[in-house]
Amino acid sequence: MSGARHSLWLACALLVAAAAVLLLGAGVGSTGFDSVLNAHNDPVAWQILWDIRLPRTLGAWVAGGLLGLAGAVAQGLFRNPLADPYLLGSASGAALGVALALALFGTSPFATQWLVRLGLTSAAFAGAVLGVVLTLALAKGVQHTLRLLLAGVIVGVVLGAGRDLVTIASPDTLQAMQGFMLGSTGFVGWAACGVMAAMLLVAVLVAASLGRVLDGLALGESTALSLGLPLGAVRGVLVAVLALATGAAVAQTGLIAFVGLASPHLVRSIVKTTHARLLVLSALMGGLLLMAADVLARWIIAPQELPVGVLTAVLGGSYLLWLMHRRRRPGSAL
Amino acid sequence: MKHALHTTGIGVSLGGTPVLHSVDVAFEASRWTSVVGPNGAGKSTLLKVLAGLLPHSGQVQLMDRPLGQWRGRERARCLAWLGQGEQGADDLSVWDVAMLGRLPHQPWLVPPSHADRVAVEQALRATQAWDWRERPLGALSGGERQRVLLARLLAVDADVLLMDEPLANLDPPHQADWLLLVRELVAQGKTVVSVLHEIGMALHADQMVVMAQGRVVHQGACADPVTHLALEDVFDHRIAIHPLGDQWVALPR
Repeated sequence: MSGARHSLWLACALLVAAAAVLLLGAGVGSTGFDSVLNAHNDPVAWQILWDIRLPRTLGAWVAGGLLGLAGAVAQGLFRNPLADPYLLGSASGAALGVALALALFGTSPFATQWLVRLGLTSAAFAGAVLGVVLTLALAKGVQHTLRLLLAGVIVGVVLGAGRDLVTIASPDTLQAMQGFMLGSTGFVGWAACGVMAAMLLVAVLVAASLGRVLDGLALGESTALSLGLPLGAVRGVLVAVLALATGAAVAQTGLIAFVGLASPHLVRSIVKTTHARLLVLSALMGGLLLMAADVLARWIIAPQELPVGVLTAVLGGSYLLWLMHRRRRPGSAL
Repeated sequence: MKHALHTTGIGVSLGGTPVLHSVDVAFEASRWTSVVGPNGAGKSTLLKVLAGLLPHSGQVQLMDRPLGQWRGRERARCLAWLGQGEQGADDLSVWDVAMLGRLPHQPWLVPPSHADRVAVEQALRATQAWDWRERPLGALSGGERQRVLLARLLAVDADVLLMDEPLANLDPPHQADWLLLVRELVAQGKTVVSVLHEIGMALHADQMVVMAQGRVVHQGACADPVTHLALEDVFDHRIAIHPLGDQWVALPR
């Protein structure tokens, strides 16, 4: 079967699975499927379904899609299967932004109300963009991959230290910060869904249109340059896609681990294909993973809820361990 | 004699260490030139400079026009480069890897044309890689992989082909096939420059550039005894060039 046809089948399967999980997600909660069944004649059931369960479940799918896409972009751009969307300082920047916002406004009821409405989105997004801008400034552009990676690590460490300082100075923000660091889809509403969906659409279109350049880059920078590919410009665009996709997801759902790292690996373990298709499939896989993790997080200890980031970390870590085990076998991918 | 490539005073430093020292060399059009020399002589660096892939002092002229004046895709259509032991792209199919060679010909966002598909098929058939066109590159052996990368180079359909150790991992029959292929390319008017460690194969070329310690120490016809002496000299006389029928072979002393 050709890569194109195989990819199409996988995309259909991922969409069908996502629809099934969405249905499941609509029914998971203290009132169970009753809210789904009675939604048409019970305003409370309708509110639970329409205002809470559907946006958070769909939001998880879109946020996962953004992280999956960002992971595939990072791995293609840095030619490293262990690259992850948080590499360029976006995660630590977002965390610092949230910490600062909580420390500066979190104690005032008025400010808290304002921040809750915005879901700390602005602070997290600004922090994520700041982290990436700092990384780019430190790396003096996007021309040198290794310098970019090192700059990302340095910015991550420094901004992480800044976040810790802010949190220590404002101990009352610890609990809220912990929630952000563990990741949650509990506060995703329709507005957030819309913003993330728009970002996802743009990011997928832009990244997929540059898929051929990533294919060329897979054979090395020299080969890509010898083929006349405008590497500098393309790197700039892809770093922007990476930063915006990660920033948009992190701003709405906090730091969710492993989805960006694992999604491209899962796709590659099923189908070997070009970057254009891999990027789209990774977005679909990321969406399914996070949506499934979200439903699971709500169901495992219901009516309590596990932070979805904890679940993705446990599942993702287990998956990576399994991949490492497979690596010892000849012909394995990682 | 028209030159496809011509360098004047090329100097390159890598990590602060001078690697090429004022290299002046010319490569005749529609001829095969092999570049040989001991490890660290600067052969691969010279090839990268010729391909416009390394910053350098001095000047490179491609088809009598400074290399810097060529636009990226325009240059890529005229000059194709095959690196030493290219790694990666394991998830791409053989077909997709060969199709990368058509990137300089393809407009942005436009799918491969019929001409692209024909060029890729011809390239894969020329390197006998057609039968595995749907297999992922990562599933191939080293020699099979090298043949696919050669197909990627051929698919460019460039007038000048630069190959850095193209025979790596190839078994003797496929080395002989490569020799036939190069002769066919030269007969079509293409210019081939290859860095080779297989001295016996390098001696089949029309011209030879002998390098040592970042300098060109000799350039001449492969059949010229002076070239053989220069070869023996750069290898500290640990090899000797002998005639064998109408060919030349290099044997260890």
